[in-house]
Amino acid sequence: MSAGVEVVVEGLAKSFDRSVIWSDVTLTLPAGEISVLLGPSGTGKSVFLKSLIGLLKPERGSILIHDTDLVHCSERRLYEIRKLFGVLFQDGALFGSMNLYDNVAFPLREHTRKSEREIRAIVGEKMEMVGLTGDERKLPGQISGGMRKRAGLARALVLDPEIVLFDEPDSGLDPVRTAYLNQLIVDLNAQTDATFLIVTHDINTASTLPDNIGMLYRKRLAAFGPREVLLTSTEPAVAQFLTGRRQGPIGMSEEKDAAQAQRELAEIQGEMAGLPQLRPQLTPSPGQPRRKAVSRRMDRIMGMLHTLPSAAQDAIRDSLPDAHRRWYPGRGGHGETEVP
Amino acid sequence: MTSGFPGRGALVQTGRLFALGVDVARRLFQRPFQAREFIGQAWFITKVSALPTALFTIPFGATIALLLAELARQFGAQSQTGAGSVLAIVQQAAPIVTALLIAGAGGAAVCADLGARTIREEIDALEVLGISPIQRLVVPRVLAMILVAVVLNGLATVVGIAGGYYFNVVVQGGTPGAYIASFNTIAQVSDIWISELKAALFGLSAGIVAAYRGLNPPPGPKGVGEAVNQSVVISFVLVFLIDFVVTATYLQIVPLKGG
Repeated sequence: MSAGVEVVVEGLAKSFDRSVIWSDVTLTLPAGEISVLLGPSGTGKSVFLKSLIGLLKPERGSILIHDTDLVHCSERRLYEIRKLFGVLFQDGALFGSMNLYDNVAFPLREHTRKSEREIRAIVGEKMEMVGLTGDERKLPGQISGGMRKRAGLARALVLDPEIVLFDEPDSGLDPVRTAYLNQLIVDLNAQTDATFLIVTHDINTASTLPDNIGMLYRKRLAAFGPREVLLTSTEPAVAQFLTGRRQGPIGMSEEKDAAQAQRELAEIQGEMAGLPQLRPQLTPSPGQPRRKAVSRRMDRIMGMLHTLPSAAQDAIRDSLPDAHRRWYPGRGGHGETEVP
Repeated sequence: MTSGFPGRGALVQTGRLFALGVDVARRLFQRPFQAREFIGQAWFITKVSALPTALFTIPFGATIALLLAELARQFGAQSQTGAGSVLAIVQQAAPIVTALLIAGAGGAAVCADLGARTIREEIDALEVLGISPIQRLVVPRVLAMILVAVVLNGLATVVGIAGGYYFNVVVQGGTPGAYIASFNTIAQVSDIWISELKAALFGLSAGIVAAYRGLNPPPGPKGVGEAVNQSVVISFVLVFLIDFVVTATYLQIVPLKGG
């Protein structure tokens, strides 16, 4: 399987007619890691996803993949680069006229010269990965939303993409199915080592699935960084969103007035104890390979540890396996004694 | 980037429509040609528009026949009824019925189909898979619209003339021999060609308008309904405009036979 590739986004801006969707978005999706992009509804998360694959053209900025700038390259080159992508659309975006087998086989028939026998083997493998073995002959209209998503995922993975984008994989699914899907995403990442970007507004997904979290808010990227940084953040908008409470700068519409914010704060005086306990990240199921991204990420994070806020430093140190923890003394240099 | 002056929106839309037309022309020769999609769509469009065309043409042909017979009688030229009737049906009635049906039934069906695919993100999915939806979906549909328009025009001509004959000869008691003998006194073969050319142009323009609206619907499921509605209205205006221009040009270049 192909290893993931780094995606570097710089100064990206997108607007429709006169309304700015977001501007000055700069972030790097580290190779092979799982990143989540959060944001209140209507902040242009899906627009960002579509800009990444070149379905929408941003006005400014650049998106670098394999030294190609997607914003300024030729249409021919764009079509080439797109073959590196697998995209799971919100409702699966399956072709309504084809059954699930033909849907999943479609990219292979279009872009490879594989025989029908080889195609059958690959499609069978991907259908098994997403747990749809036996449903090959069904039409997209005959199955549930969760199954459509999984079939869409099988199709997105069939060309062994280096980058996989998920547009709200958890929308319209119950919590149990969401948990299964998230586990499936972690397992797939372990198997493929591809770079994943997930757009969602589900807090549960955001707190357990990703290596990195970003948040779009007020027409810009409010924050992007390792999960520990965002999940322990005291930035009002980030903290409010990740705890899912009314108290904070985010209102029913985009913003709210100061009086309302005061009133709401008064309601919970004393209860704002800060963020809940950091939940452990999902790991691949037993029997799955180890995620190669984990050690790469650990090296990266440890290199920048001293630049992070102290709450994030503690969270990262707590998440280390015992064997590693002694290499990274806590603040004040307690060394090995800092094991809680 | 946006400077608002009245009519800017309409100009932008027109420009994009033409851009799609150019794109379709460019992709027309890109291999592999989608033969299955083309045949499937041609059959689909025929299904939704053939029967209405026939049903539409019978009363339309009859009305023309009745009107012309009455006119001819007043001038004392009953023997020439067939001549006028054939010319009217071949040159105007058949292409107009074709235009109404190809834009109203065929175009609406194509627009609704593409619109539903757009909001289900199927079109985006195709693009992401590195496949041009224009080459894959739009080109076969536009070609199918052209083919079906040309065939429908033939059907409308035959049904119209047969209907005219029936009403003139059977209902109004005209002379069969005189009706048929006068067929080619003013009508000529080039009338058929121009009639078919018009039908082809109607199919082309209705196909591109339907594809354009279908690929760019207003947001939401309601948007698809609006897109279909707009597509039909825009195609109607466009095909009648084309009809006028082609007819006026033709009459300048090829004078009437008896004139």
